[in-house]
Amino acid sequence: MRETRTSMGMPITIELVDSHADQATIDAVFDYLSEVDLRFSTYKEESEISGINRGEVTEDAYSTEMKEVFALAEAVRADTGGYFDIRRPDGAIDPSGVVKGWALKRAASLLVERGHTNFMLDGAGDIATKGKNGDGEEWVLGIRNPFAHEEIVKVVQPHGKGIATSGSAVRGAHIYDPHLPERLLEEVVSVTVVAEDVLVADLYATAAFAMGRAGIDFLNEYPGLEGYAIDKDGIAVMTSGFLEYIV
Amino acid sequence: MNKLILAVVVLLGSVGYAFASRSGTTATVPQDTPVAMATQTSSVATPLPTVASAQTATAVPAAPQTSSSPTPVSTGQYKDGTYTGSVADAYYGNIQVAAVISGGKLAKVNVLQSPSDRQQSVQINQRALPVLISEAIAAQSAHVSGVSGASDTSPAFNESLGVALASAHA
Repeated sequence: MRETRTSMGMPITIELVDSHADQATIDAVFDYLSEVDLRFSTYKEESEISGINRGEVTEDAYSTEMKEVFALAEAVRADTGGYFDIRRPDGAIDPSGVVKGWALKRAASLLVERGHTNFMLDGAGDIATKGKNGDGEEWVLGIRNPFAHEEIVKVVQPHGKGIATSGSAVRGAHIYDPHLPERLLEEVVSVTVVAEDVLVADLYATAAFAMGRAGIDFLNEYPGLEGYAIDKDGIAVMTSGFLEYIV
Repeated sequence: MNKLILAVVVLLGSVGYAFASRSGTTATVPQDTPVAMATQTSSVATPLPTVASAQTATAVPAAPQTSSSPTPVSTGQYKDGTYTGSVADAYYGNIQVAAVISGGKLAKVNVLQSPSDRQQSVQINQRALPVLISEAIAAQSAHVSGVSGASDTSPAFNESLGVALASAHA
């Protein structure tokens, strides 16, 4: 069963391969993602994060989920020398860089809890896979051509690992360099990371992208992270460990 | 007791000196670990093998200088064996390394020569020296279940395009 819906402002695709897959499960996952959106969307006035940004919520009143997401963000901020930072230059907090991967990882856990061992969860390019695809084979994914969105430039088999891509599909990137907010991130246009799960992949793809050309070196040195970075001239640089995921 | 204190001070001092004199090289040799000698030891430069594969092959650059950023090499298989690099001037002395290829991949870098004043150089990188690989991107045609790409800044654009592409799947 395969279904795509918009949630959290992006297209989310769920593909369930196991024979006991049913609509109820798909609905449950999308319901969960809607809850997440209600809590974390900076576009929704009534969300918890909007309330926090207006100064209406004290820290001890933060929800468990909010605290968890903030804690994750802080851990990665420290780990990447500040290149991952959910605090915007204007002081507001935008946790969307954490929430996407975090929610997808939780959604994948939901599926596992319901006995699913073969599935794909694709949240606008952050992809979690488990087991085998509908043909009984390894899940095969593509890396989008940042210059031609209808093309793929790399074919990969993540072997159950999480994969995520960060980048500036359009000028005026939504990701900035927290150390120098005025610097337009132009040198590198796309960074794809393969990591233990989709959350880690998303977090470090974002951080590595913010680092510009140094991002791929950071990934190369970091155990458990593999990367594929594409620059503005269409030259890709990959970590040596990334080779094992290429088809 | 005084001798003990003196010994500790000297030890801490030499450890401190070791840290102070480090300059961020990624591959260095511990004092008491014997360095595996290359099968072809010579001070004459032996360049790393040319990539031998069906893919477009270009010459692999000579052994890396002492810099902390990895040298990009072209994709392709290497021939197993140990290959000695050139003797390079690292300003504070000479460095010569040998590349050990195993299973067609760079498995290890042995340091054959290192500047004498860097005896305190700390520890060898036991795992494979990380190497970056570069290539020009090229469109691929393959049936894939999903595509990982950067999210667009506009949620509406993304929504529209995403649903359209998802519908395009079989």
